[in-house]
Amino acid sequence: MAAQGRHGGRKSNKMTALVVDDNMVNQTIHHRLLDNLGIENEAVSNGKEAVDIHCSGKTFDLILMDMDMPVMNGIEATRKLREMGIRSMIAGVSTRSMEREVQEFMEAGLDDYQVKPLTVSKLISIIHKING
Amino acid sequence: MDRNPLRRQLQIMRKSFFDQGYLDEQFVQLEELQDEANPNFVEEVVTLYYRDSARLILSIEQALERKPFDFNKLDAHMHQFKGSSSSIGAKKVKAESTQFREYCKSRNREGCTRCFQQLKKEYATLRKKLEAYFQLARQAGPMETACRPK
Repeated sequence: MAAQGRHGGRKSNKMTALVVDDNMVNQTIHHRLLDNLGIENEAVSNGKEAVDIHCSGKTFDLILMDMDMPVMNGIEATRKLREMGIRSMIAGVSTRSMEREVQEFMEAGLDDYQVKPLTVSKLISIIHKING
Repeated sequence: MDRNPLRRQLQIMRKSFFDQGYLDEQFVQLEELQDEANPNFVEEVVTLYYRDSARLILSIEQALERKPFDFNKLDAHMHQFKGSSSSIGAKKVKAESTQFREYCKSRNREGCTRCFQQLKKEYATLRKKLEAYFQLARQAGPMETACRPK
């Protein structure tokens, strides 16, 4: 693994990820999926917490961003992170599948979008984009 | 097929969940995340699902008692509930959730009420089946690998 990936991230051989999802079932599953692939990861429960953790100085190679969350949703959080200069790979992960909704999310600054539920193969395809 | 009678029973039980449409491929995805370091992952996630979704069920019940119906709120709750149900592979529950959301979109009060009763039945039935399955799994001991449904 490159020390500094194309999408940013700290200097480390191990990839890092942030799970942003208000649903505890999804947090648990995504955490385990990432663990299984040897990716160090943390989880937060809404977009504001995702922004705050970046304000504290942390960065991640990959952010898995849910769309519908309280306090700050995924679209707002993605927009805010990009405004802050965060260049990490941000993959939207949501149950929404309507073209209009996905487009709005993509335009906020996503690098990729996957429909939930997230699977190993979907996660691997996201990671290939980081390494590609 | 496993020679151990308990494991054989477990395999038959598990296959019936897929054959009868209670579970879908997402449940297999959860099983594949289970390993020696996380031997009870599937049961933990299912337990979390039932604990977490109880709150949503209650919110929907309360919203259905209010008049007039707030269809937007009902839909928002059900969107959340459907997401969780989908994540554990609860196929019938997810189908009822989808139907409920259709009734919300068409502002069909009776449809919502009727559908929610059916959803709760499927939710409770799945819970009983999975509880029995995990109890049997504990008796049978650790399985080497999950069997993929045909």
